Amino acid sequence: MIWNPNKECMSRDEMHALQSKRLQKLVTYVYHNVPFYRNKMQAMDISPEDIRSIDDIVKLPFTTKQDLRDNYPYGLQAAPASEIVRVHASSGTTGNPTIVGYTRKDLAVWSEVMARCLTAYGVTRDDTFSVAYGYGLFTGGLGAHYGVENLGATVIPTSTGNTEKHIRLIRDLKISGIACTPSYALYLAETLGKMGLTKEDIGLRIGAFGAEPWTENMRKEIEERLGLKGYNIYGLSEIMGPGVSYECQEQNGSHICEDHFYPEIINPDTLEQLPHGTQGELVFTTLTKEGMPLLRYRTKDLCTLMEGECACGRTSVRMGRIMGRSDDMLIIRGINVFPSQVESVILEMPEFEPQYMLVVDRAGNLDTLQVQVEVRRDFFNDDIGRMLNMKKKLADKLKSVLSISADVRLMEPGSIERCQGKGKHVIDNRKLK
Amino acid sequence: MTIKQVSVFLENRTGRINEVTKILSRHDINMHAFSMAETPDFGILRLIVSDVDKAVEILRNADFAVMLTDVIHLHCPNKAGALGEILEHLATADVAIEYMYAFAEGDMANIVVRPSDIERCEQALAAISE
Repeated sequence: MIWNPNKECMSRDEMHALQSKRLQKLVTYVYHNVPFYRNKMQAMDISPEDIRSIDDIVKLPFTTKQDLRDNYPYGLQAAPASEIVRVHASSGTTGNPTIVGYTRKDLAVWSEVMARCLTAYGVTRDDTFSVAYGYGLFTGGLGAHYGVENLGATVIPTSTGNTEKHIRLIRDLKISGIACTPSYALYLAETLGKMGLTKEDIGLRIGAFGAEPWTENMRKEIEERLGLKGYNIYGLSEIMGPGVSYECQEQNGSHICEDHFYPEIINPDTLEQLPHGTQGELVFTTLTKEGMPLLRYRTKDLCTLMEGECACGRTSVRMGRIMGRSDDMLIIRGINVFPSQVESVILEMPEFEPQYMLVVDRAGNLDTLQVQVEVRRDFFNDDIGRMLNMKKKLADKLKSVLSISADVRLMEPGSIERCQGKGKHVIDNRKLK
Repeated sequence: MTIKQVSVFLENRTGRINEVTKILSRHDINMHAFSMAETPDFGILRLIVSDVDKAVEILRNADFAVMLTDVIHLHCPNKAGALGEILEHLATADVAIEYMYAFAEGDMANIVVRPSDIERCEQALAAISE
């Protein structure tokens, strides 16, 4: 099934025309409403009149996560505050989260693209669908929630937390679809086993998995253990949230809702646009966004774009699996973590040397984060209670900055390997490739 | 009597205690007593040694985090109830014990106590001998 055949199956020529028209309108809009973009464009000596088609997008400036931080909280917002009806935020590296404001129309677009995703997965009005992404500032929960409502299925706003209760609801309410992180899906399968139940006892048939990197092997394992078919969903809060792209029944790349989010692949070093089929950094321009529209936002995700009509009938450009990052961001239990966030916390505490190591692993099916840090000689104390307090103080601060718990390990001074130049601060043992 | 104990911060890593003992032996420092306090990721090695100042110096030179702590060293007869009697006095004098370690050989037992209040502990012990 296809939710919006007019857009999802549009001919390439029509799509090109639509994108061109929307880009022109967008550039005029940000030029007049966002000083940040006006200044950038003036410095590059371009005006909205220079943008005549979507192909002119290469003339436009890029936007980075750093730009969002520098303009915290509302500097990149184009719509007046009275038009903003909701705000989401993602974690930031230096205490400044990224703030994204949505107008009523932005939320309508979001529900529209989410309904396209869910329909592609095979969800219908007859389904009961559990949203087990976190509800709150994170876009996963509410984004998926309104998509399910828009589609007309029944939404169960489970959020994260009590897994046994969740499984009882899946069984008793005959929940047929679920949206969550792939690692939570595996945890769900494990809990199911512990409760003495099997996939035959529940009726899940569709899973929408995203917000963290996962592999084909994980997909097979989840599908086998939960008895459902698992689909990839991609999104990021800066652009919208979940629903930017989605897999169809063919599962050959994820279809991008390119009438709203225009994708490009660039060389992250030269910033040159690369032809489809080449791996590079994924860049999005929000063609229709009102609240916080972004020109050429650099996602730092590395992947390829694929053209050509899909056997499902959709004509939209597809993106391949995310093959890595062009920066050092980690995704742990669906949460974005930058080593620099940990560093800023450690630097604030005189108890520790500015040396640290993040060890990421997967215990059972959940990501774990261990933060190794060196205790400064002057702060070593014979009182074990004081040492444990020091450890707890750091763990608490990390939790408040990262939004996930980290296992702090106190190390001897000098024991963490020193590197020349840019230190290596991460050991990722998750083997996701 | 009050003596200086050498405390060394150690990660829980195989062979780490051995490295401390090797350094001490290389400098001809004898260990009279030691104990190890442990948590899942780190431990504190507590040593009573023949030459406190030298031990601190060489361990620091070897990049260990080291500190000195005042502890009470006491002897008591190696017989049932002897230690209990001393501890009873300390409790009566409102001296809490943060940690202690002990060993017995022959007729006497050696006890190292880290009390909550060194002075009060010493006074309480002096009162017993009187």
